[in-house]
Amino acid sequence: MSAHDPNSPVPTPADDVQSGDAVHPGHPVTVDRYTLAARINHWITAVSLVLLALSGLALFTPRLFFLTGLFGGGQNTRILHPWIGVVLFCSFALLFIRFWRANLPKRVDAEWLARSGDMLAGREEKMPEVGKYNAGQKFVFWSMSALILVLITSGIVMWDQYFYPYTTIEQKRIAILVHSATAIFAICVWIVHVYAAIWVKGTFSAMTRGRVTGGWAWRHHRKWLRELVGKPTTTPTSRGTGTPAE
Amino acid sequence: MFPPIPNPSVDPSAVTPRFGEKDIVRRSASTVEPPAQRLTEVAKLIDVTKCIGCKACQAACLEWNQLTEEIGINHGVYDNPMDLTENTFTLMRFTEWENPETENLEWLIRKDGCMHCEDPGCLKACPSPGAIVQYSNGIVDFQHANCIGCGYCIKGCPFNIPRISKVDHTAYKCTLCSDRVAVGQGPACQKACPTQAIVFGTKEEMKGWADFRIKDLKSRGFENAGLYDPQGVGGTHVMYVLHHADKPSIYAGLPDNPRISPIVETWKGITKYMGMALMGVAAAAGVLHYLVAGPNKVTEEDEENAEKLTSGAAVPPPAGPAGNEGRPT
Repeated sequence: MSAHDPNSPVPTPADDVQSGDAVHPGHPVTVDRYTLAARINHWITAVSLVLLALSGLALFTPRLFFLTGLFGGGQNTRILHPWIGVVLFCSFALLFIRFWRANLPKRVDAEWLARSGDMLAGREEKMPEVGKYNAGQKFVFWSMSALILVLITSGIVMWDQYFYPYTTIEQKRIAILVHSATAIFAICVWIVHVYAAIWVKGTFSAMTRGRVTGGWAWRHHRKWLRELVGKPTTTPTSRGTGTPAE
Repeated sequence: MFPPIPNPSVDPSAVTPRFGEKDIVRRSASTVEPPAQRLTEVAKLIDVTKCIGCKACQAACLEWNQLTEEIGINHGVYDNPMDLTENTFTLMRFTEWENPETENLEWLIRKDGCMHCEDPGCLKACPSPGAIVQYSNGIVDFQHANCIGCGYCIKGCPFNIPRISKVDHTAYKCTLCSDRVAVGQGPACQKACPTQAIVFGTKEEMKGWADFRIKDLKSRGFENAGLYDPQGVGGTHVMYVLHHADKPSIYAGLPDNPRISPIVETWKGITKYMGMALMGVAAAAGVLHYLVAGPNKVTEEDEENAEKLTSGAAVPPPAGPAGNEGRPT
C-alpha cells in the first residue's frame, strides 16, 4: 500500500534534508551528508560509548575485570566510568537535537521494515526509496536515545560517591540491574550500528570526511538524493558548476 | 559462665597465624581451589538478653582497629553514632519496645555489625578479584588493597553493613578480628564485654552455649527465646540469642528472613550469562551475515544514475512498492 507521490519528482516534505546536506555534481557526484560539527559530535559520542562499554563490562563480569587496566586500575575505572557517562549523555543530547527530525517515523518505514528480509539478502533494488535515514537507522537512533536516558538515570542512582544518600539500597539494587541489562541492549544496538557501517560499503566516509558518493546516496537513500537535487537553494558551498541542478 | 579464652602466649611460635591465604574458600570475582583441609568453623555469639548497653564492645572495636569516630552530636537517644560508619564496625542499637502481652517496656539492645554469612552477599556482588574473601573458618574479610570502592557489597549485603570510606574510597566492616583470631584470640569486642553477652568459640560450642542460655530464658518465662542463625544466608558466624526470636525485626530492624536480594541474584546470575550470550550472538550474527550475504557495494550503475539525476537526464522514477525497477542501460 501507500505509494507516496509516485509521479512527483520532488517529494513534498523535505524534512529529511538537513542543513549542510548538499549535492555536488561531477564525476563522481559527491553528496555532503554530515557537517564537521556533526562529525565531531558523533565521534565524541562514539569514543565515550566505547570507553563506557569497556569500563562497564570490566565491572560487570569478573572475566573482563582485566579491562580496568586500560583505565589505570579498578579504583580509576570506578571513578572514570560515571564521568564518561556524563560526557556521553551531553554529547548524545546534542546529537539528538541534530538528528531527531530526520529520524521521525514515516509511512515508508513500515514498508521498509516489511521488506527488511530483502535488504539483508542484498536485494536492495526491491526496497522502497527512503530519505536520509531508513527504518533500521531510525531504530538505532531511537533505541539508543531511550537506552541512554535509562542508563544515565539508573547510573546516577548507583553513583554512590555523590548520590548515595538520596536513594534506598533497594532502589540502588533495582538501578544496578536495570543499568546492566540496559547496557547490554545498548551494546547490541551499537554492534548493529557498527556492523551496518561495515557491511554497507562507502558509509564510513560520511562520518570521516562528511560526504558520500552520489552512487551511495542513489543506492541507499534515493529519496534524500532526489530531494537534495530538487532543492536548488541548498548548495551553499557548491564546488562544481554554480548552476543549481534543474 | 563460659570459660574465657586464655591470654596469648608470649612464646614467639604462637605469633604464627593459624590461617591465611591457603584457607580461603571463596574469593570475590574469582574461582578458588577449595582447600584440602578445612578449619573448624568459628562463631561469635551475642546474647542480647545479657547485654547492659555499656558500649565497651564499641570502644574496644575502635581501639583494636585503631579507628577514631568523628565527634557527633546528641540526638536524644542512646545510639551513638546514629549508624554504622567506615570507622564504627559495630554499633549498639537501642530499641524501646512495649511487649503487648505483658505491657512491659523492654529495652532491647542489639550489637549490630557484620554477621559473617556462610553465603555472603557482599562477596557475591563484588566485581574486584580478591577484594572480599571467606576463610574456611567462616570469617568474611575485606582486602583493602583490592577494593575499588564501587559499593556493590552494600547492595549485596542483606544486613546493610558495609560502608565506603570518604578518605580512601574502600569498603569497611567488622573483620571478626581476623588478626586476633589468627593467633588464637577472640575478637576485641568479646574480650571487652563485662557480662559475657559476647562469647566466641567454635560454631558448635556457640550453638551449645546458646541452647543452655535459651533453656534458662525459657525457664524464666521467655517462651520465644531462641537462636538467630538465619538459614536464608546459609547460617551466620555471628549469632544472636534473642528473647523474642519469633520477631527479630523488633531488634532495630534485624531482618526476619535475611537472604541475598533476588534482584542481586538476577543481576549477578542470569543477566550476566544472558547478557554476554546476547552480545556474542549479535557479533556472531554480523560476521555470519557478512560471510553469507557479502558486502553491500555501490555499483557503477548507481553512480551513473546519480550523475544522470544531477545533470537532469532521465533516471528511473521512484518505484512503487512492488515495482521492479526498469534498469536503463
